[in-house]
Amino acid sequence: MSKVLLDIKNLHAEIEDEGKQILKGLNLTVRAGEIHAIMGPNGAGKSTLASVVAGKDGYEVTEGSIEMDGKDLLELDPDERAKEGLFLAFQYPVEIPGVSNINFLRTAINEIKEYRKEDPVSAKDFMSMVREKSKLVELDAKLASRSVNEGFSGGEKKRNEIFQMAMLEPKVSFLDETDSGLDIDALRIVAAGVNKLKNENNAVVLITHYQRLLDYIIPDFVHVLADGKIVKTGDKNLALELEEKGYDWLTEEKAL
Amino acid sequence: MMTTVLSEKMQSFLDGFPTPENSLQLAAYNRLIELDFPTTRDEYWKYTRVGKISNSKYTLPEKSIRDLSIEQYIVSDQFIVIENGLVRLDLSQFNSSEFNIDFKDAEGLSELADFNANLNNEDVFTQLNTAFFDEGIEITIDNKAVIEKKLQLIYVSNGDAVLANNRLFIHAGKSSKSSIVITQIGESGENCFNNLVTEVIVEDNAHFTIHKIQSDNDSNTQVATEQIAQGDNSTFKINTVTLNGLLVRNNINIAVNGQNCSTYMNGAVIGKNNQHVDNHTFVDHRVPNCYSNENYKYVLDGKSTGVFNGRVVVQKDAQVINAYQNNGNILLSDHASINSKPELEIYADDVKCSHGSTTGQLDEDALFYLQARGISKKNAKRILVSAFIGEVIESYEDETITELIQQLLEKEHGWTF
Ligand SMILES: Nc1ncnc2c1ncn2[C@@H]1O[C@H](COP(=O)(O)OP(=O)(O)O)[C@@H](O)[C@H]1O
Ligand SMILES: [Mg+2]
Repeated sequence: MSKVLLDIKNLHAEIEDEGKQILKGLNLTVRAGEIHAIMGPNGAGKSTLASVVAGKDGYEVTEGSIEMDGKDLLELDPDERAKEGLFLAFQYPVEIPGVSNINFLRTAINEIKEYRKEDPVSAKDFMSMVREKSKLVELDAKLASRSVNEGFSGGEKKRNEIFQMAMLEPKVSFLDETDSGLDIDALRIVAAGVNKLKNENNAVVLITHYQRLLDYIIPDFVHVLADGKIVKTGDKNLALELEEKGYDWLTEEKAL
Repeated sequence: MMTTVLSEKMQSFLDGFPTPENSLQLAAYNRLIELDFPTTRDEYWKYTRVGKISNSKYTLPEKSIRDLSIEQYIVSDQFIVIENGLVRLDLSQFNSSEFNIDFKDAEGLSELADFNANLNNEDVFTQLNTAFFDEGIEITIDNKAVIEKKLQLIYVSNGDAVLANNRLFIHAGKSSKSSIVITQIGESGENCFNNLVTEVIVEDNAHFTIHKIQSDNDSNTQVATEQIAQGDNSTFKINTVTLNGLLVRNNINIAVNGQNCSTYMNGAVIGKNNQHVDNHTFVDHRVPNCYSNENYKYVLDGKSTGVFNGRVVVQKDAQVINAYQNNGNILLSDHASINSKPELEIYADDVKCSHGSTTGQLDEDALFYLQARGISKKNAKRILVSAFIGEVIESYEDETITELIQQLLEKEHGWTF
């Protein structure tokens, strides 16, 4: 079996201010070369999982561990997690007026390179990378150089997330509802982009609550997250079953 | 017999200063002794305490031949160095073929028709300046002269508790186009008070710009007053970046006397520690068909405090005025604070005025977004702060000046954008 890239064990997390527990003993193991889909009803804690893995403030991990490629992520700041190879495509990408999309990416890449003790990327190489990667998700080169997400349509924001993923070449990517708000053409483009970026050395965790995306990006595993835990794991056929039957049967089954 | 009750504070402040001899300065001195320093009960000094100035015992400057390390502040090949209010010709470099430059004492300047004419007689700091300045600088831009090069005034403070009265009189001739840079540098001054008065007359059809960069020392205070009069079809711009100084008060008073004028004011304040920066601007729209636009941004850290007071008056018959004002503030610490007050007084009816004021912290979601891409929190903050003040810095429209601002940011605040 290929090596474990992400190992989440018995993860318990709560909202810091309210002490409200959201994740209640979640386990997830992701190996190199795998695609995992996490599905589940609204409010189940999917985005919370992504936020906790990425290190967002406001959540407290009360129990459990998260390791990436052998590193304890919980010890690291958000930027260090990214430097170790974690990527999060946000469900709601934020608009940052006045900050140029490519300038900030260049800063990010060079910080990451410095962290890894590699040489900074030259302006020329960087620009050719921008050209190549923006083509991958058919992101207008003009958008690439505008302020981060400012005035972008919903679909453009999602494509910009995948463009950034392409630029940063992460080991483990969480894509949080990257399919929502996309029409079918945009969905195909984004999915094709993700498939191209996927290889035997990295892994993708897709968070979605539509089966639709999984027609284009075929998952190796489908997990159902409900009430803060993975309550069921299966292959891609589980997604079809969920599409048909919804989630109630799983939560009820558990209640028995 | 009428007696005037003299303020004890003012008396002790002036104690030891010579009584001026020429009539202009004596008149100012006589007004001054009847005035008192403003307190927080005065409407325009509500949030700024001047005790640090009024309680100090200053000395007046003396001529110096000291070497000054100013190379790094020079942004033009035309520059005048003024140390503690006294011109250092030996360190200056300019040719008078474009800007006409004259150095005059009060007597010489008072012969000029418009000199001292528009200043506020009730203002302590302008009267103090008039009463005690030694060497004024007169800058005249010929009618129709279009000058690409900027003239830089480098104000340097030096010594301990020196009162420097810098006096500048600028006459931008009809249809001329030019700009100056005013840099206030702390150098080795400590507990000094820099009291600057600049009068500007912008004649019909002229374009005139002032770029100010204030980077004084931690213990120095300054009050800078710019009094501007604009003629028909003229454009006046003033940009102010404040990076250091214990107490900095800027008064920009613009009388728009001519029609079809444009007036622009931009400001950026980066505050830290216990700095206090107060910008008071006043645009007086006296006649119709004019446009004014103001944008001030504050980024305050530590226990620093900011004041923004943007006053716009549109007089009774000044129709078709468009006046816009924006003030945005970011507080980087729980102990920093800002008082922001727009003051619009509109007596005409065909007027478009708008003002906006926002105060907040850095956007946490934006911060996390940048961090999640691999940028450290420190750098992510800088990126967001730079974006916030970016539009003000861009209004300098000069790479050399922008580089100087960068350099000073690095020096005073340990970062650049
Ligand atoms: N910052 C927060 N403050 C308060 N409640 C939150 C916060 N983040 C998430 N929640 C709550 O946690 C639960 C899980 O939310 P979320 O992870 O966004 O669900 P999902 O992504 O699965 O739809 C919801 O009940 C949501 O309201
Ligand atoms: Mg969600």
